[in-house]
Amino acid sequence: MIKLKNNIKETIYGYLMISPWLIGFIIFIAGSMIASIYLSFTNWRLIGDSSWVGFENYRTILSDDPRFWKSIYNTAYYTFIAVPLGAMGSLLLALLMNQKVCGIKIYRTFYYLPVVTSGVATAILWSWIFNPRLGLLNYVLGLIGINGPDWLLSEVWSKPAFILMSLWGIGGSMIIFLAGLQSIPEVLYESAKIDGANWWHKFRHITVPMLSPTTFFVLVMGVIGSFQIFTSAFVITNGGPADSTLFYVLYLYQNAFQYFRMGYASALAWILFIIIFMFTFIQFRFAKRWVHYETLQ
Amino acid sequence: MKRYSKIMIHVVLIVGLLISLMPFLWMLATSLKEPGEVMLYPPKWVPAIFQWKNYVEIWNIIPLGTFIKNTVIVTIMCMIGELVTASMVAFAFARLRFRGKNFLFWLVLSSMMLPGQVTMIPIFILFKTLGWVDTLKPLILPSFLGGGAFYIFLLRQFFTSIPKELDEAAKIDGCSPLRIYWHIILPLSKPALATVAVFSFIAHWNDFMTPLIYLNSIEKQTLAIGLKWFQGQYGTNYHLLMAAATLALIPVMIIFFVAQKYFVRGISMTGLKT
Repeated sequence: MIKLKNNIKETIYGYLMISPWLIGFIIFIAGSMIASIYLSFTNWRLIGDSSWVGFENYRTILSDDPRFWKSIYNTAYYTFIAVPLGAMGSLLLALLMNQKVCGIKIYRTFYYLPVVTSGVATAILWSWIFNPRLGLLNYVLGLIGINGPDWLLSEVWSKPAFILMSLWGIGGSMIIFLAGLQSIPEVLYESAKIDGANWWHKFRHITVPMLSPTTFFVLVMGVIGSFQIFTSAFVITNGGPADSTLFYVLYLYQNAFQYFRMGYASALAWILFIIIFMFTFIQFRFAKRWVHYETLQ
Repeated sequence: MKRYSKIMIHVVLIVGLLISLMPFLWMLATSLKEPGEVMLYPPKWVPAIFQWKNYVEIWNIIPLGTFIKNTVIVTIMCMIGELVTASMVAFAFARLRFRGKNFLFWLVLSSMMLPGQVTMIPIFILFKTLGWVDTLKPLILPSFLGGGAFYIFLLRQFFTSIPKELDEAAKIDGCSPLRIYWHIILPLSKPALATVAVFSFIAHWNDFMTPLIYLNSIEKQTLAIGLKWFQGQYGTNYHLLMAAATLALIPVMIIFFVAQKYFVRGISMTGLKT
């Protein structure tokens, strides 16, 4: 009897204490998702009437909208180069820092600093560094005899510029890798050493497998995050030149808050969701092949 | 370990660090230049005369004080909201038993993968209907409704590591779950709470897209939007922008230096156990 009373009491408190999140979820997530699906089937333009148009928005997006496909290409180009490069770079840095070097705290702090800087300031700063004639980057390249390209003013080099900008922030993944590396038991390395393993063997057979859950996390979050790149593109290039930096979320933003095509933009949002969901799903599927969740014990 | 290798590692790390810090140094240097010196080629690293007056001018040319005030209000309110509600929700998921708990927690986790753009438009319309556009309310309210799955997840993981015996002892003494949460779990969770506080501060201090969408009039703008104002139609006031950006960076840097270890702990808590 007392047990039942306690159970009811716990249930009440449970729901009471999660109520802020529950309310938020119902309104801001579940409710919004339903509203946005509904919107995506209309042609609402924020003022005036709207009418149901069924799959018309989706049809237009997929068959009549070249800028949509351009934004997909731009975003995919950026994501599938920036994420692997960033992961490799940050892993390398983490490996270096894990070598019991002194001053690790200082290195860690300064490498992470770019991540906590305001996105707007960073973007404008880099837009200056990338200036073809007066910027720092082409100046440095000039010192070693390379004639730097037009970067953000060139259709070909604008996306690589954004990729370079993203590499500046690898301190974030670096810290995650560092935490992962430091959780690998020393015992494994010691017994491998006794068995005569060199550094490559240790890396390939101990570090890589033991680090794979962390690597997986970094890649999944990296893809999800990179697909949503917005601030830097909005501030510096606004999609130019010639839509070469028109990333998906920027295009969505333009449709929603500049052209006020709310229905259309909602459809774009759902397509983004489906794409991200698909890639995350695929990554989870492949994970079974290479991610090891074994523990020592 | 061989001394040679150790030195090589330091060299590589320092080179990487210089490359990484060069933009910052450039930012600082530019903030003290005269307008004419900014565009010099080859780039000038040290200004002829340090133009400290740039740091004064930024307060006059844009309403920097207003921007900072708004940003401080939003950031602090959001931090409070997130700390209180996320910890409360996390406590319930970590310590209490109730029907549907596992399903609801799975919902929390899945919502972390939802791109914000899907809900962005209806939420905007909701706030517009409420008449809350061009106020700070849409920026603050979501923080009081759980504050985001990430913090709930992080705190819940931390709470599960606190021994249950403490809860049980308190229960025997007749404490309600709410009191257990407030008097026992929270005081023991200072590191995790500090982590959430730091992440929250940085996220809201630098937030750009949300203020961009909801705020229209000058008096309401935040620092992130304010920085963009230096980018004019006829050219950018780089020296002033860099001064303002450096100023905007200082609080973040201080918080980061002070709470560095919480950062690392917080990230490792979520990065591994997924």
